Amino acid sequence: MLKYLLRRILVTIPVLITITIIIFGLTEIAPGDVADFFISPEMEMSAEQMDAVRARFGLDQPAPVRYINWLGNVVQGDFGFRFTDGRPVRDVIFRRFGATILLIGTALTIGIVIGIPLGVFTGLRQYSFWDFSLTGISFLGISTPAFVTGILALMVFSITLGWFPSGGMRPVDRDPTLGTTIHHLILPSLVLSLNYIASFMRYMRFSMLEVIRSDYITTAHSKGISRTRVTWRHTVPNAILPVITVVGLSIPNLVVGAVFTETIFSWPGMGTLYLDAVLGRDVPLLMGINLMIALFVLVANILTDVAYAVVDPRIRYD
Amino acid sequence: MTEKPLNNSPTTAVINLNQSPPRPAKNRTLKRFLKHRIAIVAVILLGLISLISLSAPIFARYEYDAIDLRAGGESPSSAHWLGTDRVGRDIWSRTLYGGRVSLAVGVGATVIATVIGTILGAISGFYRGWVDNVIMRITDTVMTFPSIVIMLTLAALLPRSLLNIVLIIGGLSWPSVARLVRAQFMSIRESEFVLAARCLGVRDRRIIINHILPNVFAPLVALITFSVGSAILTEAGLSFLGLGVPPPTPSWGNMLESARNLNILQTLPWMWIPPAVMTVLTVLCVNFIGDGIRDAIDPRLVI
Repeated sequence: MLKYLLRRILVTIPVLITITIIIFGLTEIAPGDVADFFISPEMEMSAEQMDAVRARFGLDQPAPVRYINWLGNVVQGDFGFRFTDGRPVRDVIFRRFGATILLIGTALTIGIVIGIPLGVFTGLRQYSFWDFSLTGISFLGISTPAFVTGILALMVFSITLGWFPSGGMRPVDRDPTLGTTIHHLILPSLVLSLNYIASFMRYMRFSMLEVIRSDYITTAHSKGISRTRVTWRHTVPNAILPVITVVGLSIPNLVVGAVFTETIFSWPGMGTLYLDAVLGRDVPLLMGINLMIALFVLVANILTDVAYAVVDPRIRYD
Repeated sequence: MTEKPLNNSPTTAVINLNQSPPRPAKNRTLKRFLKHRIAIVAVILLGLISLISLSAPIFARYEYDAIDLRAGGESPSSAHWLGTDRVGRDIWSRTLYGGRVSLAVGVGATVIATVIGTILGAISGFYRGWVDNVIMRITDTVMTFPSIVIMLTLAALLPRSLLNIVLIIGGLSWPSVARLVRAQFMSIRESEFVLAARCLGVRDRRIIINHILPNVFAPLVALITFSVGSAILTEAGLSFLGLGVPPPTPSWGNMLESARNLNILQTLPWMWIPPAVMTVLTVLCVNFIGDGIRDAIDPRLVI
């Protein structure tokens, strides 16, 4: 197991390096001179003075040298400073990180807890009324993006019905408690989870149908094992295996969904921060968040593979 | 998404060239598709949406950017079927023109993704070896990293224009195409007709283009259909965040952007309901059609 984990981490390193090159390269192709961010627009600057500014920040070096410098700093935990207010990027990101993890984690949990049982339910009843209606609804769930469900939910449940706050993470007038946080969390996490309820349900249903047709299920039935026992001991545990990968693969999309959900519900997480960075062309912050997302996704991928290897020992001995 | 479809999909493609004339197989596929009733409804509906969007100048009653400050924020009426926005632009006209833009981005981006994906997948699957390794590692990287994140970064750094949006979305959506094409190539290159062509001394390029490529398209059609849907959603998403198609050109996404304003969300619902409905309806149609095509080509396939 340890060997498998080690191998899995080693395979990730080239991918991570490629991603850092991409992240660095993206800022290279941007038009405009980064040095402009360091000078006040009112000041008259001669070409020599500009060169001095560039030399001071190492901007006169060729791109590969700057990439190595940047990477070296990042490895030591120095993500640079925001262009807009000069605060360290690392601090800004870490302050927002928790809120996003809370939102994504809740949404993923809701997706799994509702989606997978629905998949089992419909998989056992192929072509029934329930199968048709739930599969139909799930199609709607997959085709409706988070920003459409988000504005609809905001309109209906918080503005018209007034059940939930329209945004933020805490009440304005009181200190946040567990209750108020949950109250603020319900609507955005439900909106974010809708796509995943639908897609987990579809995959689970498909996987159930595959397993039900296999020989060992027929054997189990012919041995006279009760229907419930065949379902819960033989079908579901085997059908759930491929779904683990699907859950893991959905994490990158979850991060993307969070950008939209956070924007709509003004959730103070990395998504809103990211949009700030994008709109303000705050390059160091942009690079920092991109890198955090990449790390997050890669770690999630490794965990998915490890989880799969734990439940299915065949993987480990490939 | 999963590896599974890649392994069992080529059967139909190989069969329809290997044995007997290819015609009957195609007819069978078509017949199976026609049995898929929801998919047929979706084709008709999508056809209708495309038709009125493409002929927007005929059906639109105002220019999409015609400002009329005296008629700002009006609710739907006989003069403005779907009302007007704050500066008095007609929502019905904007929805039609917006559909044009959204569909164009969806199709344009998919064409780019298909071309890139097919070329890379073909090279990768045909030549194998280190070329395959390099291309697949790039594909993995692009696939792991949520591409909309790169799109947002690019959209922020590059000047905003319709063409850039199409290029950005298309340029980052090719990995799934590349993977499917590669898997197809790897299995088809082993078949007898390729061997026969080789024995006759046919050059690689000709084998790739004339002998293998035509067999790859059948399984690819469903995937392409789905990517049109996701490209439309991506454009809508980018525009919703204010980073997509630049105004005043309307797209469903940038019309939806207005709903980010709580005041508009509440008091001018006709400004954002039409584009929201059209986006969801279009993508729903596209997905149903894709589903129908997939079932018709290979009922066991899941993408």
